[in-house]
Amino acid sequence: MTTGLFLTQLLNGLQLGVLLFLLASGLTLVFGIMNVVNLAHGSLYMMGAYFAAAAYNHFGNSFVAAALVAIPGTLLLGLLLERLVLSTLYRRDHLDQVLATFGMILFFNEVVRFIWGPASVYMNVPTWLRGTVDLFGLPYPSYRFAIIAVGLAVGAGLYLVIHRTRVGMLIRAGAANPEMVSALGVNIKGLNTLVFGLGAALAGLAGLMAGPIVSVQSGMGEPILILTLVVIVTGGIGSIRGAFYGALIVGIVDTIGRAFLPSLLREFLERSIAQAAGPAIASMLIYVLMAAVLALRPQGLFPVRHG
Amino acid sequence: MKTRTNRLAAALAAAFALSGPALAQAPIKIGFVAELSGPAGALGQDQYDAFMMVVERNGGKLGGVPVQILREDSQLKPDVATQIVQKLIERENVPIITGITFSNIMMAVHGPITSKGVFLIGSNAGPAPIAGARCSPFQFITSWQNDNQAEVVGAYANEKGYKKMVGMAPNYQAGKDFVAGFKRMYKGEIIDEIYTPLNQPDFSAELAQVAAKNPDAVYVFYPGGLGVNFVRQYQQAGLLGKIPLLSSSTSDGSTLPAQKEAALGVISGTFWGPDFDNPSNRRFVSEFESKFNRIPSQYAAQSYDAAQLLDSAIAKVNGNIADKAAFRAALKAADFQSVRGSFKFGNNHFPIQDQHIFEVAKDAKGRVSLKTVGTPLKAHQDAYASQCKM
Repeated sequence: MTTGLFLTQLLNGLQLGVLLFLLASGLTLVFGIMNVVNLAHGSLYMMGAYFAAAAYNHFGNSFVAAALVAIPGTLLLGLLLERLVLSTLYRRDHLDQVLATFGMILFFNEVVRFIWGPASVYMNVPTWLRGTVDLFGLPYPSYRFAIIAVGLAVGAGLYLVIHRTRVGMLIRAGAANPEMVSALGVNIKGLNTLVFGLGAALAGLAGLMAGPIVSVQSGMGEPILILTLVVIVTGGIGSIRGAFYGALIVGIVDTIGRAFLPSLLREFLERSIAQAAGPAIASMLIYVLMAAVLALRPQGLFPVRHG
Repeated sequence: MKTRTNRLAAALAAAFALSGPALAQAPIKIGFVAELSGPAGALGQDQYDAFMMVVERNGGKLGGVPVQILREDSQLKPDVATQIVQKLIERENVPIITGITFSNIMMAVHGPITSKGVFLIGSNAGPAPIAGARCSPFQFITSWQNDNQAEVVGAYANEKGYKKMVGMAPNYQAGKDFVAGFKRMYKGEIIDEIYTPLNQPDFSAELAQVAAKNPDAVYVFYPGGLGVNFVRQYQQAGLLGKIPLLSSSTSDGSTLPAQKEAALGVISGTFWGPDFDNPSNRRFVSEFESKFNRIPSQYAAQSYDAAQLLDSAIAKVNGNIADKAAFRAALKAADFQSVRGSFKFGNNHFPIQDQHIFEVAKDAKGRVSLKTVGTPLKAHQDAYASQCKM
């Protein structure tokens, strides 16, 4: 194993991490402030990718157009979803919310199949990001650098909004003690809608960024939703900081595990056994991590700070 | 009184039935079972569209006899598929079932269909057991045995003289079967086999490993959406021009519309390509394109041939498919112009056919499609045929 390879894998982990962060930040806020389990968050990511791909193809392969349609599109969709579906569920228990939002997953999967068909939809990276960057002799796709940059920029932006603005203060307060916030006369309903819309827009952004890499197809939101849930549980529910570090940890552990565990096992196991066990253990790693966190620090690694 | 008229009607019907040809005009019911929803729905849709194209062209008839197609979605669930074929056989009395997209569905329905003496005209899945020990005289497969599509790529890798290669596939049965099929033919060294979880959409970690190992070429099997992910990411990682990508079922008619330019240069092995220059294929491709406004995939081609096969066999027995021995002989004769050129059934009722190599390239109309570059395996039969005793 060379340093170049290790650094490349670290970047791959970072890239997966920031993509997860875009999703986890929205989900964790919705869960932390509104106390709603929103399983349809992965569907918003999928809709973002579909909006982006549709605009990309409609406006002559323009990535800028894709961004201009995808992010406001999912923002609007998120607001609509919050008003029509979730706002009726705030007072219900989590099982009802899980059932309703699971229903939304099925609904959105069918909607995209109905509109765009069952086959995956084409989308490509913008022309100026198609190349690769040479990294210690190994090629690294420029587009993935762009994802990392966008993710970190969003992270910095969120940090500023949440720690330096009044809205951010309310969001933090809402995450720490929602009853007290509403008791103090804050329009918690408006805050909820705002937070949900913001989360949806970030999911749409994640969908836009992922569109050129993964296949834009019905059901693409579910695998990433599971990873996102692992992230927010590991990081601490309701905490943006937790979502950020949790996403990076999950992204890096998952990538490094997948990359090096199979060859590591081969050092002291028979080839055929290592080949079978390696990928299996590697794909379990993040769940093992989550279980360990839950056992040792049930509130997560970076929980919301109270008081 | 009422029962008496009913009896009279039944007697009349029986009398007509005895007169033979009059009954031949009653429509033959054909069950069409495939994946029509979910991520794999595109494959079943292509199978259905191509099959119906032949039926509609013939004015709702196959072999001169009206047919009624009962379309069913197997939902990629073996239990659902088993219930569907039971319903088709017991309630609808279908004598023929066609389609079947996935191997696990085929394994579930093969027994229930063929043990009832119903003809199974499979137009996609070809798992090893039914090509070998568990074959049935009632099965006729118009596609291929699963391993074939990997074997041809292995033979091609030998032709190219690749010495060390990496194999990659999703971590499930078909993934391992394809890599095994590839290794059956490939004489060089496989320096690494990488199996990724079936639901893993991102391959950055594995691609970095591949780049670091720098093999002569890479062999992959990533069907459907996984193939779209893989090929795009392989290209984005700058590997496509550097390390040749050899594949099975990864860049085909179902995934190329989403891969487009990202797939240019990918090598793929299978039995048929849209650029085949024979009258039957030219007609198929031009009719399909004008009707559906897309390039037909191999799944469409397989099912088109299934419809043509039924058309020829039903005509041969003058619509009297109740004579199962005669109908079977007519199917076995495969007396139709296949879109792939020469076509004949082996002892296990799987095709003995040429296997070709294609390169993803732009066609005459500037669309990204498959271009034939060679035929490493001529009149190739699968490895399991000798185990089939029927």
